[in-house]
Amino acid sequence: MASIAERSAKTGLVADLRMMMLIRRFEERAAEAYARRKIGGFLHLYIGQEAVAVGAVGALREDDYVISHYREHGHALARGMEPGAVMAELYGRSGGVSGGRGGSMHLFDAARRFMGGWAIVGGHLTTACGLAIAQQKAGEGGVVLCFFGDGAVNEGEFHEALNLASVWRLPVLFLCENNLYGMGTAVERVSAVEEVYKRAQAYEMPTERVDGMDVVAVRESVKNALAHIRLGEGPYFLEALTFRYRGHSMADAELYRDKDEIGNWRKRDAIETLRLSLEKAGTLGEGQFDALQAEVDAEVEAAAEFAENSPEPPLESLHTRVYAD
Amino acid sequence: MAEITFREALRSTLHEALSTDERYFMMGEDIGAYGGSYSVTKGFLEEFGPDRIRDTPIAESVIVGAGVGAAMAGLRPIVELMTINFSFLAIDQIINTASKVFYMSNGQINVPLVIRMASGGGSQLGAQHSHSLEGWYAHVPGLKVCVPADPYDAKGLLRTALKDNNPVIFIEHTALYAKKGEVPEEHYEVPFGKADLERVGDDVTLIGYGGSVSQVLQAADLLAAEGVEAECLDLRTLRPLDVDTIVASVKKTNRAVIVEDDWRFGGFGGELASIIQEQAFDYLDAPVQRICGADVPMPYNRTLEQAALPQPEDVFDAVMAIR
Repeated sequence: MASIAERSAKTGLVADLRMMMLIRRFEERAAEAYARRKIGGFLHLYIGQEAVAVGAVGALREDDYVISHYREHGHALARGMEPGAVMAELYGRSGGVSGGRGGSMHLFDAARRFMGGWAIVGGHLTTACGLAIAQQKAGEGGVVLCFFGDGAVNEGEFHEALNLASVWRLPVLFLCENNLYGMGTAVERVSAVEEVYKRAQAYEMPTERVDGMDVVAVRESVKNALAHIRLGEGPYFLEALTFRYRGHSMADAELYRDKDEIGNWRKRDAIETLRLSLEKAGTLGEGQFDALQAEVDAEVEAAAEFAENSPEPPLESLHTRVYAD
Repeated sequence: MAEITFREALRSTLHEALSTDERYFMMGEDIGAYGGSYSVTKGFLEEFGPDRIRDTPIAESVIVGAGVGAAMAGLRPIVELMTINFSFLAIDQIINTASKVFYMSNGQINVPLVIRMASGGGSQLGAQHSHSLEGWYAHVPGLKVCVPADPYDAKGLLRTALKDNNPVIFIEHTALYAKKGEVPEEHYEVPFGKADLERVGDDVTLIGYGGSVSQVLQAADLLAAEGVEAECLDLRTLRPLDVDTIVASVKKTNRAVIVEDDWRFGGFGGELASIIQEQAFDYLDAPVQRICGADVPMPYNRTLEQAALPQPEDVFDAVMAIR
């Protein structure tokens, strides 16, 4: 019989599996809604990268901050934001997490310390430094988890932020989701140094490359990194190698890569891999995966229904909340 | 009433904030060990320590970005960007981030951040160190923009800025740091969006802000000698803007001359002229005039530089031409 610790670890993994499934189904449903023009603007899907968000966010405390890029639905859901409120934000409705003012790229939830999705590549790494100053001053071991993509590492703001975080030993976990393409441009075509983590080594912080298709590996690496940061040892840099199965946004015809590449990554799919390993270990019994899938499908359907029924923001709200009192 | 410099008015106000509320802290290039490039923060590092007086790398984007993040987390950072010229390196953080947090988050998160910077030409610093682009920041919803012209307003506006719950761009004209003026001992604040009626007159309204206020006041003296009584407005803040005072004055005098160091084309003066024609068209007896900086990168040569900046005589001539 498994020890209590082993059992709880397994329960945790089932929860992680379920969260990854929720994110994927959510994104599929968002794509459907986009195709039916229920969602406007840009829509950047997280499908394929679920293990990074779930592995990393699941290691956080409530008083930690999360700040992210514009492909952030997965991070928001992993942080516990209501799928209905996130979907309603994609719909631009008043029940959305940002009242319909932010949209897909700008999800906010102050209560969960989710400090935004940000859509200027690299910019929010500097914001993360400021959140970390506050954590450092509070002195309670709180950290900032900052997600960004491989495209951000050639921005000046990336280097400004890493340097400052290191000089001031700020409690930031810089987590690069390297999905190998900045929009349609492969990393090796535009980066003098392809291994992103090596960039951070120049700023005297510990770095590590982790398999971003393995939620357990991500969780372990993030836990180690957080332990280091919470001791006051300064920032930590993780590069998670991952892959988005869909285009950069819904408008992407994907002329820059071939189907084999996507197919090869799909063979290492994070959800499928974890499912097989949990079934093999007997943690997931017969039919349990399908039951989870049915649960998740229903939850996402309810989220879409919430979004559909959420009212438009009133026109007279256009000029409100431009300035704080 | 004591006479103190513009610099001392700023210094004492920052000191007051740092002394009374732990949430205030400062970040900027050479504000600590060096004492501030305009000596505003001299002695602060020794008094408040390196945790609250933070010397930064020369990295404007992360200086402002870190200020935004700290403000989002409930602190009240005061950021110094040395000069407005360097603020362009942080424009992503000022415009794409600071000004938008409150609106985009639907009011969940606000940014109580003061960003100080020196501006203006006239010191032979050449084209890259002589900008007066206050109007750029005034263009952006979500920001507030202060342009004090004397020690009284420097103190009063900075007090208001430090209490404000939004990002405030606080612009200090370099020619003003050594300027002296009366500042009361007792506590006072200067509210945003209230222009200062510096001089009352019936013949023409002269409008200036920041560095150009002194040109306006000198021009009014020249005009008075010719029997022309100019009403002089110091805008104090560009956003919010005191539209009511501007319009009321022009309705009384029927003439307006706008004076600014910034370039004319697409500048803030054009916005003022537009507001005046929209709201006081029937009262105007002459076209609104603008006296602005020359439409060139600032030359280094002293004679050329002075020719590129608005002078009291230029304002005088403009008024005499439309009266």
